[in-house]
Amino acid sequence: MVAFAGWNMPVQYTSIIGEHTAVREDVGIFDISHMGQFFLEGEGAETWLNTILANDVNKLGIGEGQYTFMLNENGGVIDDLIIYRQAEGKIFLVVNASMIDVDYAWLSQHLAEGLALTNESNAWAGMAVQGPNSSAAFAKLFPDQELPARNGMAMWPYEGETLCVCRTGYTGEDGFEFFSSADNGSAWFQRFIDVGAKPCGLGARDSLRLEVCYPLNGSDLSPTRTPLQAGLGFFCALDKEGGFIGSDALITQKEEGLKERLVALKYTGRGAPPRAHYEVYSKDGNLLSELTSGVLSPSMREGIAMAYLPVSLAKLGTLVDVDVRGRRFEAKVVKKPFYKKP
Amino acid sequence: MNVPSNIRYTSDHEWVLLEGDTAKVGITDHAQEELTDVVFVELPDEGRICDAGDPIAVVESVKAASDIYAPLAGEIVAGNTDLEGDPALINTDPYGAGWIFSIRLKDPSSVEGLMDADAYSALIGN
Repeated sequence: MVAFAGWNMPVQYTSIIGEHTAVREDVGIFDISHMGQFFLEGEGAETWLNTILANDVNKLGIGEGQYTFMLNENGGVIDDLIIYRQAEGKIFLVVNASMIDVDYAWLSQHLAEGLALTNESNAWAGMAVQGPNSSAAFAKLFPDQELPARNGMAMWPYEGETLCVCRTGYTGEDGFEFFSSADNGSAWFQRFIDVGAKPCGLGARDSLRLEVCYPLNGSDLSPTRTPLQAGLGFFCALDKEGGFIGSDALITQKEEGLKERLVALKYTGRGAPPRAHYEVYSKDGNLLSELTSGVLSPSMREGIAMAYLPVSLAKLGTLVDVDVRGRRFEAKVVKKPFYKKP
Repeated sequence: MNVPSNIRYTSDHEWVLLEGDTAKVGITDHAQEELTDVVFVELPDEGRICDAGDPIAVVESVKAASDIYAPLAGEIVAGNTDLEGDPALINTDPYGAGWIFSIRLKDPSSVEGLMDADAYSALIGN
C-alpha cells in the first residue's frame, strides 16, 4: 500500500505483470474512487466551460465525453480531465485526485453567474473495468443496460442509487469507468470481480497507461509545460471563438516554434528498468533532462520512458543515454504509442 | 514459506550458503515473494572487496529497485550471469538457480554470527 493523493492505495494486489496482462488479454478492475467528480449545471454551462477548458465543448452531443485540459494563463497544465455532456446545460467532470481542491477553486473563481458547480467527489465510488472482456463483464451484471459508445456516458437509477458508466479508461484497452454511491462501492467492486475482473493496483495502472503514452499529470504534464510541448495539441481547440484561458500563450508558442517536446524513449538493448527522474544524456555526454515516466514494459519486456527533449534531439531515431545509478543505457526516440493492439 | 535449515540468513532477507571459504548469496523465498516479478538484476563486479552491509547489487521488480548487501566482509568471486538472461530465476528458484553472487569470505567463521533457519522464521513470523 502507498499514500496517493491522500488515499491509501495498493501498488499491486498480486503482481504488476499478472495484473497488467489481465487487462491486455482479459479484464481487470481498478479502484478509482480517489478521482474527483464535479457537476456543472445551468443555462450556458457549455458556453462558459468553453472559455475555461482547452478542448471544444461544442463538439459534444448529449451523452458524449472528451479529454481536455485546464490551463493556466501561460498555457501550462493545471489538470487533464474528462468531461461528459450529460444533458443540455449539465456537465459531468472527472478530475485527478490530487487536483480536486485546486480545480474546484479555479473553476469557482471564474464561474459565470447563473451556473452551479458542485464537488461530489466524496459521494461517489469509482472503478475502471478495462480489457477486451470488459463489456462482457458489464453485460453479466446489467443485461438490460447498454454500454455507451466510446467516450460516451450514461447515468441511470438502480435499486435506490444512481449509477454512472463512461466508456473511457487509462489503459489503451476497451473498457469503462463505473461510478456508484460511495457506500456501495466495495459491493460493486466485488460484483465485478465475481464476473471475472481481476483486481489491479497502481503499478499496473502506470505500466498500462505508459505503454500507450497516456500522460500522467504531475509527471508528464506540469504547470510549466503546455499540451503542445506534450504532443497533445489535438485536444486544444485553438480556433475556438473567444479563446480559452491559456490559448493566447499556446498560439504564441505555436508561432514561435516549440523548443522542447515530450518524446517516447525505448531502450535499444537490455537494461535496468527506466524510472521517473533518471537523468537523460546526449550521446556526447551533455545532461539534457530527466525522465518524466519510465517502466519496464510488461507487454514488450523493454525499457520504455518519456522525457522532454530539445526539438533538435526529439526526432525519431535519435539516440540518448539514460543514467541508472551511474550506468548508462542507450535509448532511442520512437513513435508514440509504444504499444498497439496486435 | 520455504526456509531451508542448511543455510544462514541476514535481517536484509538474504541467505548465505558456505562452501569452503566461499559463500553463495541470494534472497529468501519471503523476499522474492514481497518483491514479486524480478525483471532486472545488477550484479556486483568480480574482485570487488566489500565490508558487511555494503550495497553491492540491485534487484529490480516492475515497481521498485532494491539494494542487495554484502552479508559479510570479503571479495566477490562471481555474479550469477544466468540472471542477466532470466532474472525471474530469483522468483522461481530463490535458493538454487536464483543465487545472485558468490563471495570469498575474509573470515569464513563469521557465518556463524548470522541467523539460523529458526531465528529467520521467527523474524518473518513464519
